[in-house]
Amino acid sequence: MQVKLWINNKEFSDDISPDTILLDYLRSKGFLSVKRGCNTSNCGLCTVLLEGKPILSCSTLAVRVSGLHITTIEGLEKEAEEFGGFLADEGAEQCGFCSPGFIMSVLAMKNELKNPTEDEIKKYLEGNLCRCSGYMGQLRSIKKYLDVKREA
Amino acid sequence: MNIVNKKVRKKDAMSLVTGKPVYTDDIAQDNCLIVKVLRSPHAHALIKDIDIEVAKKVPSIECILTYKDVPNSRFTTAGQTYPEFSPYDRLILDKLIRCVGDPVAIIAGWDEKSVNKSMNLIKVNYEVLEPILDFKEAKDNQIVVHPEEDFKALVDIGADNKRNICASESFKYGNIEEELKNCSHVIEQTYHTKANHQTAMETFRTYTSIDTYGRLNVVTSTQVPFHIRRILANALQIPKSKIRVIKPRIGGGFGSKQSAVSEMFPAIVTLKTGKPAKMIYSRKESLTNGSPRHESEITIRLGADENGIIKAIDMNTLWNAGAYGDHGPTTVGLAGHKAMTIYNKAKAYKFDYEVIYSNTMGAGAFRGYGATQGFFALESAVNELAAKLNIDPTILRMKNMLTQDQVENVMPTYYDEKLKSCTLDKCLIKAKEMINWDEKYPCKDIGNNKVRSVGVAVAMQGSGISYVDVGAVEVRLNDDGFYTLMIGATDMGTGCDTILAQMAADCLDCELDDIIVHGVDTDLSPYDTGSYASSTTYITGMAVVKTCEKLKTKIKAEGARLLGCTENDVEFNGKEVFSLETNKKITLKDIANMSLVGENNYLTASESHYSPTSPPPFMSGIVEIEVDKLTGKVDIIDYVAVVDCGTVINPNLARVQTEGGIVQGIGMTLYEDIVYDENGRMINDSFLQYKIPTRIDAGNIRVEFESSYEPTGPFGAKSIGEIVINTPAPAIANAVYNATKVNIRTLPITSEKIIMGMINTVG
Repeated sequence: MQVKLWINNKEFSDDISPDTILLDYLRSKGFLSVKRGCNTSNCGLCTVLLEGKPILSCSTLAVRVSGLHITTIEGLEKEAEEFGGFLADEGAEQCGFCSPGFIMSVLAMKNELKNPTEDEIKKYLEGNLCRCSGYMGQLRSIKKYLDVKREA
Repeated sequence: MNIVNKKVRKKDAMSLVTGKPVYTDDIAQDNCLIVKVLRSPHAHALIKDIDIEVAKKVPSIECILTYKDVPNSRFTTAGQTYPEFSPYDRLILDKLIRCVGDPVAIIAGWDEKSVNKSMNLIKVNYEVLEPILDFKEAKDNQIVVHPEEDFKALVDIGADNKRNICASESFKYGNIEEELKNCSHVIEQTYHTKANHQTAMETFRTYTSIDTYGRLNVVTSTQVPFHIRRILANALQIPKSKIRVIKPRIGGGFGSKQSAVSEMFPAIVTLKTGKPAKMIYSRKESLTNGSPRHESEITIRLGADENGIIKAIDMNTLWNAGAYGDHGPTTVGLAGHKAMTIYNKAKAYKFDYEVIYSNTMGAGAFRGYGATQGFFALESAVNELAAKLNIDPTILRMKNMLTQDQVENVMPTYYDEKLKSCTLDKCLIKAKEMINWDEKYPCKDIGNNKVRSVGVAVAMQGSGISYVDVGAVEVRLNDDGFYTLMIGATDMGTGCDTILAQMAADCLDCELDDIIVHGVDTDLSPYDTGSYASSTTYITGMAVVKTCEKLKTKIKAEGARLLGCTENDVEFNGKEVFSLETNKKITLKDIANMSLVGENNYLTASESHYSPTSPPPFMSGIVEIEVDKLTGKVDIIDYVAVVDCGTVINPNLARVQTEGGIVQGIGMTLYEDIVYDENGRMINDSFLQYKIPTRIDAGNIRVEFESSYEPTGPFGAKSIGEIVINTPAPAIANAVYNATKVNIRTLPITSEKIIMGMINTVG
């Protein structure tokens, strides 16, 4: 099946099997930041942006995004570094395996929510699981990051 | 201390937060055989015949292996120091199936679809046997899980495979019956903890290939690279010298990767075919055939006098090994020895255990390593004693537990080790202040059918395994004066690469960036037993301190030689070697550069460390919960943790470890539960059903430290990795009691149990 899509603003055209999962397609193209944690839409590790909105690439067929724009963390290196710095300053990245999906959700949240409360932050990111950090360090880093962004 | 005790970033942080390809599956080469395992649908069965002829014909299939194709020498997958306490009770593929999901055949092909197709075409003729699924009925049952004659225990652990006993022991101190008789108050209760999964976000995975030298190279997500080398040598029956194990970044472990789970399968495929292979466990496979925490049933008799002074503790412990004995004989010991030791003033102790085989999933190491189960039982019993005596449970603890006053005391239930550091009393006092215990205890009805209550628990753990764990370190001086720190300890995300570098930087008076650290490669790294048993900071950290001291002596000697002084005349300040007498000096940079030329000395040092003691870190945990009296729903409002881990090497990393451990403990307490159907199949085998806490479930967590100084540890440090999971279960159970007067003694503490308990209490 023929697909044409943009990954990090670069065009990709391919003949793929209709059952190809977007996560596998992205990894096969070298976007190895995209991680699989569960395969059942539960952990958020495979989060990428579709037209700027977070989606779970483990539960999306690649053909569904034909003609559309996908962003992975490789395409947002500067933003990832900036927020990632706050995360690292809390030591909250720990094993880092959930970081790409989590950071994609945080960056999407920053664009979507204006001055979110702590509860709104938790709700928005509920689908991003982390087994190392206990979430508190992530919350501290998000609040500090948003404060800086607000002042900027 | 310029860098120790500072909140520095992890050395690998920026790679991790920008999604760099650093994990096993990211660095496996593109053209790998995809390895999968056909798993048994039966909990107990004998394979009579396997027909792989049709399956082999699927295009792209490279090999299919059955029990006929693997070595017939038994081994253990437990990553422990040789001789392992875990019995040698496995084969890579066995004719006898002992649990649902046991491997039946290994299939390797060039693409995943073909492998799946081939797997479906394998025909297995099973003689289905009746399973024994209830570990409480397994001892001396006519169903025998390990009937094999070549079952082997390297160490006398009280195993008897024909009776389904994996290990057993009886420990006595004082006269328990006599003491209990004299106690005015005795709590006698049975506590039951369930099996839980570690669920590291990165599932089990391994990539194997044959290198230029004809050796088996294994890139694997593991906590124990050197033990993996031995396990593979045992499993594959090839010399260790033919195996190289490399540990890249790991996506979490929590003990799950202290066993070899995925390693054997691609390894044997690569050996048989000569081709690179990889196996990536699905989440379902990780859940159904991982290495979860051992289920336990602990019956306690706890005796005290009318003033609440604990006189006697008896813990009778039954442990479910499941199908295989990995970590069974060792985890169980901590349930008693760690839990009882915290109440060190009693006159008599008794601790009996039996670890029993059954046809459920094999178990393994999980953060806390058996102490967690023991603390749920004993801390719950102590809370029940407090209720019976009508004493505030924090006050009851202050009367009985290890405190600063007991430093230098011998701990008879802790292998007669002497306590060298302890601020548990300060931890408890601070935790009470933080949560405002005196005002909130025991509970407050806030209307709308909701009750707010508080609950408490204390805990300890160890720092490494005394007399067993070894950590070795090598530090090299490179040109221009920077250092390479070679370690065999395994950073699994906790940051040990960084904290060990922090220690080295302080020892060598240099900046953190002057120290390079490496992941583990068994061909290159100095030997280390691995990252488990809360050993890295304490054991490998001490090896860092010793190695740096040795290297400094060498730097001074070389500086003195180049300056034409005697060694005693010179000092080293991290940047230069100088003489106090003659004013002569030489920079480290010059020494380093000269050390690589001509007659000068290349400077490197290596030391290893083990410890005859395993000093316990301590922790007080107090939780505030809200219980809905109509539904039994429990919400975590606030959790305060105060930890004594000696000197805190990196406050950020220690804090996040604590927060993470508490949330894992909350999951274990409130909902994580491996459930089997009547045929022994794990029912909740995905993240849809096996729920781990989200950020909404975790509530608010606050962490403080009450540092002590451990004289046997590096910079006064003890461990922190494991202790942090031990308080949530008993503290939350206590808070539930304080809110409802219901004692829940079987985990998880579900709403149903609370409501049923309330109905029964009223009735």
